[in-house]
Amino acid sequence: MPSSVITASRLTKKYKEFAAVDGISFEVAPGESFGLLGPNGAGKSTTMRMVGAVSTRTSGELSILGLDPNEHGPEVRSQLGVVPQQDNLDMELRVRDNLIVYGRYFGMSRALCGEKADALLEFAQLSDRAKSKVDDLSGGMKRRLTIARSLMNDPRILLLDEPTTGLDPQARHILWDRLFRLKEQGTTLVLTTHYMDEAEQLCDRLVVVDKGAIMAEGSPAALIRQYSTREVVEVRFGSDRNADVAHEIDGIGDRVEVLPDRILVYTDDGDAVLAEISRRGLEPITSLVRRSSLEDVFLRLTGRSLIE
Amino acid sequence: MTAAPMLAPVRPAQSRRTGPLGSLYAGNSRAVIGRGLLATRSTSWLIVLSGFFEPIFYLLSLGIGLGAIVGAVTTSTGQSVPYAAYIAPALLAVSAMNGAIFDSTWNVFFKMQYAKLYEGMLATSLGPLDVALGEIFLALLRGGVYAAGFLIVMQVLGLNLAWTAILALPAVLLIAFGFASLGMAITSYLKSFQQMDWITFVMLPMFLFSATFYPLSVYPQAIRVVIEILPLWHGVELVRGLTTGALSLPMLGHVLYFVVMIVVGLTFTTRRLRALFLN
Repeated sequence: MPSSVITASRLTKKYKEFAAVDGISFEVAPGESFGLLGPNGAGKSTTMRMVGAVSTRTSGELSILGLDPNEHGPEVRSQLGVVPQQDNLDMELRVRDNLIVYGRYFGMSRALCGEKADALLEFAQLSDRAKSKVDDLSGGMKRRLTIARSLMNDPRILLLDEPTTGLDPQARHILWDRLFRLKEQGTTLVLTTHYMDEAEQLCDRLVVVDKGAIMAEGSPAALIRQYSTREVVEVRFGSDRNADVAHEIDGIGDRVEVLPDRILVYTDDGDAVLAEISRRGLEPITSLVRRSSLEDVFLRLTGRSLIE
Repeated sequence: MTAAPMLAPVRPAQSRRTGPLGSLYAGNSRAVIGRGLLATRSTSWLIVLSGFFEPIFYLLSLGIGLGAIVGAVTTSTGQSVPYAAYIAPALLAVSAMNGAIFDSTWNVFFKMQYAKLYEGMLATSLGPLDVALGEIFLALLRGGVYAAGFLIVMQVLGLNLAWTAILALPAVLLIAFGFASLGMAITSYLKSFQQMDWITFVMLPMFLFSATFYPLSVYPQAIRVVIEILPLWHGVELVRGLTTGALSLPMLGHVLYFVVMIVVGLTFTTRRLRALFLN
């Protein structure tokens, strides 16, 4: 058993002069749940495509399960499960047939495909929709079907590119629950997301990616400890006043971040900061004390929010 | 509580092909074909049938109707045959072309651009050559079914003049294979539906002028050369030789023409699929 199932070293992908991925290095251990966190255009999907052996790297080293994906594309892909950013389910086939046909692409026998399809439909809570048309499924159901499909070949690594983007909160929670079960069973998960809560829920360890490069690496908790404070106070004074008030808040807490719509004060004691703000005679329209999140880490590292 | 999806540590049969085709071909086109056959359940049979009847309408109107006025025509090998027997093999070649082109252009274009079907396929252990061969086989199957039906109609109407007419079936499959692989190759380079119209723009005159309805000898030399470069004329001549029984050596050249067309089409399709989805 190798110590890591994915090893990337100075991995680079250039399109003409533009470096979509610019020399990133990371390792993923077996059974680990690893996240790539970053805004749109950060190079997450390009990285995923290279790991998924559907895109060849420009330079650097990449090893998936001990194999070079440039050389052994089909063999690497046979051991991966892929959930692309946009569902590409087969609209001409019914739900269960989608799974069976996909298994056949891996050269699995019909009997095995049928058996796996039924088990996975149950796992994806779609057993009662086995004969439905794909078009008739809701967004969350399509996503679950895509995940079920990606598990047909018993992948050793599951690649999820923004698994819950565009889903409503309830559908997201169902999906997270399913993914968490896979994680518990020891499936290695690699996922990209620009949702903080998703990364916090699912990732043992993550890298923050921006402009094709890694900005920070660690567990969600460690990243928050390292780059943020325990709590954050969010105060709003109205869009036109935030900047003016910022001067008067200066010095309160560990650090102040002025955003167009709100001011963030980083501190280990949020209530004390709020008390100090009102002692100075400032009256925010709204105020909120919350725990630090990965969003704050990202803001600190890149100076902007994740979702723009 | 649902059961764990991992039934057993089953490892699917892996392709351990090496050499230049290692990353292109997993030897699993049958999975692509199986998918296509399953998907035809949801296609409109009216469209499929219309492709079958189109050449039959031509045969009835032109072959029987116009044929009554025209009488007999002299083929390129100097044989005199009734007009209907003259155009029927040409229409057979055309129906193979139409079936193959329809599947390999419009259908492939849609699957590539909108349904993202190939993207999904190529994320598995399939290679681009598996996909190309599978899709082309399906196009060929449709062309073959049209052709077999048309051959039966010809037989019933007494338009098959020699026993070699039975060889028209493999010949038509060869023609369909050629058109399907070249059609898919061209389609893989197109980006919009407007560009797809170019294919129709080329196919219609090719259908009308490729010695389909009258011998090539009516044209001046320059036009004749252009027609002889285009693929349909080779198909028409090949099939006509077989159904009329006027076998000649140039027919081997026609066969070779389609073999080259197949190789060129497959090469470009595979290369293009690789560039599009595995770059």
